[in-house]
Amino acid sequence: MAGLRRRRRRERTVGGVLLGFSIVSILTTLGIVGVLLFDSASFFSEVSPVEFLTGTTWTPLFRPPHFGVLPLLTGSLLIAAGAALVALPLGLAAAIFLSEYAHPRVRNLVKPVLEILAGVPTVVYGYFALTFVTPILRAIWPATDVFNAASASIVMGIMIIPMVSSLSEDAMSAVPRSLRQAAYSLGATKVEVATRTVVPAALSGIVASFILAISRAIGETMIVTIAAGAQPALTLNPFHSVQTMTAYIAQTAQGEAPHGSVEYRTIFAVGLTLFAITLLMNILSGFAMRRFREEYE
Amino acid sequence: MTGPDAAGIEQTGPSNPPRAGATESGPTDRDTSEPRSSAGAQAPMPVAPAPAGVARGGAGGRVERGRAPVRRDPTRFDPRIGRRATFGTIFAIVCFLATMVGILVLATLLIDIFRDGWSRLTFEFLNRFPSRFPARAGVKPALAGSIWVLGLTALISFPLGVGTAIWLEEYAPDNRFTRIVETNIANLAGVPSIVYGILGLALFVRAFAIGRSVLAAALTLALLILPVIIIASQEAIKAVPNSIRLGAYALGATRWEAIRHQVLPLAMPGIMTGTILALSRAIGEAAPVIMVGALGFLAFVPSSPLDNFTVIPFQIYNWVSRPQLEFHELAAAASIVLLALLLTMNGAAIWLRNRYNRKL
Repeated sequence: MAGLRRRRRRERTVGGVLLGFSIVSILTTLGIVGVLLFDSASFFSEVSPVEFLTGTTWTPLFRPPHFGVLPLLTGSLLIAAGAALVALPLGLAAAIFLSEYAHPRVRNLVKPVLEILAGVPTVVYGYFALTFVTPILRAIWPATDVFNAASASIVMGIMIIPMVSSLSEDAMSAVPRSLRQAAYSLGATKVEVATRTVVPAALSGIVASFILAISRAIGETMIVTIAAGAQPALTLNPFHSVQTMTAYIAQTAQGEAPHGSVEYRTIFAVGLTLFAITLLMNILSGFAMRRFREEYE
Repeated sequence: MTGPDAAGIEQTGPSNPPRAGATESGPTDRDTSEPRSSAGAQAPMPVAPAPAGVARGGAGGRVERGRAPVRRDPTRFDPRIGRRATFGTIFAIVCFLATMVGILVLATLLIDIFRDGWSRLTFEFLNRFPSRFPARAGVKPALAGSIWVLGLTALISFPLGVGTAIWLEEYAPDNRFTRIVETNIANLAGVPSIVYGILGLALFVRAFAIGRSVLAAALTLALLILPVIIIASQEAIKAVPNSIRLGAYALGATRWEAIRHQVLPLAMPGIMTGTILALSRAIGEAAPVIMVGALGFLAFVPSSPLDNFTVIPFQIYNWVSRPQLEFHELAAAASIVLLALLLTMNGAAIWLRNRYNRKL
């Protein structure tokens, strides 16, 4: 065993090093915000923020170029809305089943299997959307584009089911047993206890899971890059090809946009928009989750 | 049974305007405050004529509004228990089917991938370079690149993540800075992976001039999974009973000695499980790797951290983006390789967790 003084010195060194490690995460955030703001600033010195936020055409390569982010934004929102349409009802129903109906043994089996859905790499989902779901859609509705929002939405919805089901199930399991017993003693049936007592009681936790899942859908890149196409279009038709913010960033980065060009800087302006939206949603979700914890934990 | 409750129950039937009109007590009691209450005065009698109620409802809009809460009974109580039980069964079945949808799609996905890619999956496929000719293409550089990136990412993120977790759990004072660090980590966990890719492109590839290399990808992915490792490690360290620390202190150990020799060994299985799961996320990511500049055609296996590179997810993306069916089959075959890699890693994580659980 080393001398006391040396041990004390080592103690201080270790504390300092660990503090330094912790600062890396702060630096990461500063780096993200700094990088996005720095290059966006030079982008906005050439393109007015008003044109960027209100313009309805996104054609950075045309002469003259148009830099209206709305088509990319509606593309992202259209696909996220479609994914939510799939994932929120399915996820919530699955959460109710797991929390209120399933035998513990069934739950311990089903929950991890459902969570595998969130672990499948997104390129693999992209492949599945393009080569399996799209042909089915085209068979049902022949006017569907090869690259379309619907197939990306459906597959992304499946991908985010476990986010909704796991977090909602956790929230519902945390609802005190006494609330359920009170409802039963008033003569409620099982379904009434589930839908009128447990779900309202766990509502803020459920809402938190919804927001988080939608935020995840907006930030997802590979499914939309592979299956939704590369055509910025201001449309709400899910059978059309659309381009999302994430897909634009990925496709532009691959196109070897010359460093320092306006096109290169669009990556950062669109990235900043994406970052702001997802950050806002994550904060909202955290807020809802904290409210839920205050109530029951 | 003439109270408002009875009226409420009566009215929850499918929908029957005559009955609603016949309601005597509920609304009419309130009507007594109305100026023209001469007719209303008769109302409390059990046999108020139904037409009168309807007529009054029709004449004064205010009365109609006053009645609304009674008609829309907030409890929506239905006394027909058989019906409610049937609805309960239907609801349970719907919830069960909804749960099965996810599992069925997962099964369909796996079957689809295996059906498409199985015939392409040979030993040569693992040992060949990408090619313009599908029959000659392989995933060797992508597989090697993924393993390179996996190793480097682990080397960078493991000490950083575990160190941060130790600091937060064992050293951090309860002050504003600590809270900022914790909130910041929670927020970082929700940042889309493509945004990390932008950071990697601007910071590592350009500003630090590391170039489109294995190292740039590993640094980017390390930052991406850092919050996951920190949070998992924090949980593992929290689970170590405080009596262990106190015992070490009582024997004269310093704080670091207690952590190094007592807390960490006990928390390590949990930390390892979390780290492996985080790494398996890193290995499946394609978006940040696209940003950092993976290459679609790589005719060599990277031999240093500064070499150009590609990884399996990027190779899959590259192949699936081609219109030819043969390349789609290659993408499916590469997906099987990737899934096998992930399955191995997850298996290791589960094995560690089970071993750990048995010990406690």
